[in-house]
Amino acid sequence: MKINKLAIFLIGLGLVAPFALYPVFLMKVMCFALFACAFNLLLGYVGLLSFGHAAFLGTGGYVTGYLMMNTGITPELGILCGTIAAGLLGAVYGKLAVKREGIYFAMVTLALAQLAFFVYLQAPFTGGEDGMQGVPRGMLFGLIDLNDNMNMYYFVFAIFLFGFWLVNRTVHSPFGQILKAIRENEPRAVSLGYNVNDYKWAVFIISAALAGMAGATKTLVFELASLTDAHWHMSGEVVLMTLLGGMGTILGPIVGAASVVGIQNYMSGGELGNYVHIIMGLIFVVCVLAFRNGIVGEIQKVIKRNFN
Amino acid sequence: MKSMKKSLLCAAVASAFVVSGAQAAGISDDKVKIGVLADMGGPYADVCGPGCVTAVEMAVEDFGGKVLGKPIEIVSADDQNKPDIGSAKVREWIESQDVDVVTGLVASSVTGAVTKVLTDAKKIALISTSASHAFTTKACSPYNAHWTYNVVALANGTVKPMVEAGKKKWFFITADYAFGHALEKVASGVINSNGGEVVGAVRAPLGTTDFSSYVLQAQASGADVVALANAGSDFVNSLKTAAEFGLTETVDVAGLLVFTPNAKALDANIAGGMKLTTGFYWDLDEKTREWSARFKARHGSIPAMGQAGAYSMTMHYLNAIKAAGTDEGEAVMAQMKATKPDDFFARNATLRADGRMVHDMYQVRIKKADERKNDDDIFAVEKVIPGDQAFGKMLDSCNFAAK
Amino acid sequence: MATFLGINLFGLFGQLLVGLINGSFYALLSLGLAIIFGLLKIINFAQGALYMVGAFFAWIALDSMGVNYWAALVFVPLAVGAIGVLMERFLLRPIANEDHLYSLLLTFGLALILQGTFTHLYGSSGLSYAIPEALKGGTRLPFMYLPNYRAWIIVASLVVCAGTWYMIEKTKLGAYLRAGTENPALMQAFGINVPLIVTLTFGFGVGLAGLAGVMAAPVYAVSPEMGSNMLIVVFAIVVIGGMGSIGGAILTGLGMGIVEGLTKYFYPEASTTVIFVVMVVVLLTKPAGLFGKEA
Repeated sequence: MKINKLAIFLIGLGLVAPFALYPVFLMKVMCFALFACAFNLLLGYVGLLSFGHAAFLGTGGYVTGYLMMNTGITPELGILCGTIAAGLLGAVYGKLAVKREGIYFAMVTLALAQLAFFVYLQAPFTGGEDGMQGVPRGMLFGLIDLNDNMNMYYFVFAIFLFGFWLVNRTVHSPFGQILKAIRENEPRAVSLGYNVNDYKWAVFIISAALAGMAGATKTLVFELASLTDAHWHMSGEVVLMTLLGGMGTILGPIVGAASVVGIQNYMSGGELGNYVHIIMGLIFVVCVLAFRNGIVGEIQKVIKRNFN
Repeated sequence: MKSMKKSLLCAAVASAFVVSGAQAAGISDDKVKIGVLADMGGPYADVCGPGCVTAVEMAVEDFGGKVLGKPIEIVSADDQNKPDIGSAKVREWIESQDVDVVTGLVASSVTGAVTKVLTDAKKIALISTSASHAFTTKACSPYNAHWTYNVVALANGTVKPMVEAGKKKWFFITADYAFGHALEKVASGVINSNGGEVVGAVRAPLGTTDFSSYVLQAQASGADVVALANAGSDFVNSLKTAAEFGLTETVDVAGLLVFTPNAKALDANIAGGMKLTTGFYWDLDEKTREWSARFKARHGSIPAMGQAGAYSMTMHYLNAIKAAGTDEGEAVMAQMKATKPDDFFARNATLRADGRMVHDMYQVRIKKADERKNDDDIFAVEKVIPGDQAFGKMLDSCNFAAK
Repeated sequence: MATFLGINLFGLFGQLLVGLINGSFYALLSLGLAIIFGLLKIINFAQGALYMVGAFFAWIALDSMGVNYWAALVFVPLAVGAIGVLMERFLLRPIANEDHLYSLLLTFGLALILQGTFTHLYGSSGLSYAIPEALKGGTRLPFMYLPNYRAWIIVASLVVCAGTWYMIEKTKLGAYLRAGTENPALMQAFGINVPLIVTLTFGFGVGLAGLAGVMAAPVYAVSPEMGSNMLIVVFAIVVIGGMGSIGGAILTGLGMGIVEGLTKYFYPEASTTVIFVVMVVVLLTKPAGLFGKEA
């Protein structure tokens, strides 16, 4: 009941927000929020720290951008293709990565993502360092012109809500319960007869596909796909968003993404531009040392303490 | 007769209305806002960066701070040489901060992305330091003005004389993005059409820290000339590594794009004697020395060519607004193209219909240590290259005057 | 030009040399990671950043204090090691009992802070550090030109790696270290100060990165990005080698440098990806790594 009210409030907020704030900024926040939700599915609900999720964001962006530029398909199909491509890459990377655990899992995913980065750097179709420029936003269903920022905004909002709903569905399904069991006590899950690696693999694929969907959408918003999206910095940023917002919470990644994108945007304009990395690093350190539940996690704790 | 008078009156009223209408549309948002976009802390920071901001500030101050009675404002941002960051910034500038024109513009990759955004919004791009010729050829736009130099001028100025002097076999170490690709392609064309041959090329990412493997590839190629189709600190690092591996002793190493701050950063014993092409040098005559001294007093170093170009084109842009009576992109650009730029930077200059600013270029030689009178005494000017020889012909497809 | 079976020996030997130099840095960095992992069971994400700090310290020491290369070779690793000691004592120890992923994240944050700080102070374009006078110039060998400084890097890093290996595998101090890894409680019972050993080990591992940084300063441009680019490759190397042995870390580091050099000669387009491809192959065939002991 409480969740429903909150959901309605958030949807209402999303509907009116572009009248108050710069729509492109809001779209950026939603793309990253979706990216962080996808990532949180892995870290927060299975306990797997992927340090290579930028590979999926970048893949979604490049595939969608390439198709939009060269085949003239409609944007919703373009995003679908980007999502599937990222999911396929996730299937390959996931198969390799789930062979290792903990810190090794993080290192393997990071190295695999770097492999993708170098391939994108050199592959002719991505435009390398120049980026893939001039990706058309196109006509949604062949009817609605997305070059209008407002039309684009509500399209992105719809995609975001779909992704968010899907993550929620996954978490609360029987499948999600098994994932939590794996996180809490893996040997026990094994002894109950679950093939733990297959479950990890499956969720890795879902997470990768959703990250790809975020990247695909972002490419349309900015009409450009670039190496920044596939760079390891981006993998680190999504970890930060999730950690700051609160890993393993439903709203955490959204709050985290909004905070991080907001800070970056605010700082990049002024004298503080140089400090972005330092501030990001400090947030990491503070979160790990003193603030491990993140913003949403801490608020939930306060609510629990005072109202239950 | 009466009706005649009446119609004359009508016409007069109508024309007065049109004029006042144009003036009402004069300056959008009651200010002219100039955005300076450049790499502020990376490999190209010294060749434009904060120095370009200073140059634009100087132009605005020299102009009087106001145009058509409205204030001129300057904003600046760091693009980190990333097309996505640059284009997102410019989009935000246009859509939410009323920016009228974007200048600076260094890495060709960023400029490519940014000019697309600007053209869509019908705003002018004043390109100071980018090298690719694409902005006035295959990606030309009626809203682009490309000022200081381009890869065509570099190839004609530096590569052609060397091939003609008998250096036939060339190897390229190329910066792996739009600028390097364009420079390599245009230079290769010049080499081939003058009877030379390109024996190999290797692409090094922007900001490479270790050029040794590339230098070794060059060394193994058997070329007469190793051309460095890169710029900024990439140029400095690749030349240093070439010297370390003894490459400079055995073959000619040609820097195709060398800015004064980079030439200054190099050991005069390594770089001395190298010939190159530049769009500006501070020590040409009294006028350049006067402006450069003012620039140095504010910025702390002598101007690089793109920084002088940034001043020159900002001034030309503001003059065009004044003459056109509006800051609307199309009208201002028409005015800019109708007037010949003429200042300490732009000599024998025209802004062509394709947006290419054609002006005198200079073939210079880096001075050896014993020739230098002081730290800023870096180049010896050997030859003035007339603009039409340096920049080549305009493409019909980019002749916006004919359309 | 000397050729053999259609292979340009001049080019091949040159690329092997460059590969061996890169391999020397890989070896030093992965050795440091392996030592730290051995005792603390954490992966220090800041290892690359501290390598960068080492290079910057050397540059600053020369530029503003006139401390030459040889002195920097001694003092800078100590200074970087001291940073490591502080890091371990005040940041890592409080979370030593938490999930090790947290220490990974903490060191990642520290890496960002260090990189951001040096970018802020010195820009990202890179500074140049002159090759020390005694090692300037080079030797013209039959098949290649060998710059003296590059030869020095290979020799020096091999000596350091071998010395570290000997210390850990063959001396009493090393025995304490290894025992501390196996059973810290028992060691404590024998009256050995395990926390102190942990701190000093961390400092030593990090000091190795500082040393690599000083050695790298004259050949690579000293820039804030130099560490992070290197570190990801080193991570792949660690996965390839496995964390089981000190010797394994050294051999894999050098070996991968050579593999990279060979690729640069035969198929340059793949030179940036080859190590990651090797990692994938190793993961498929020997998930624990070539020298790995753990499951």
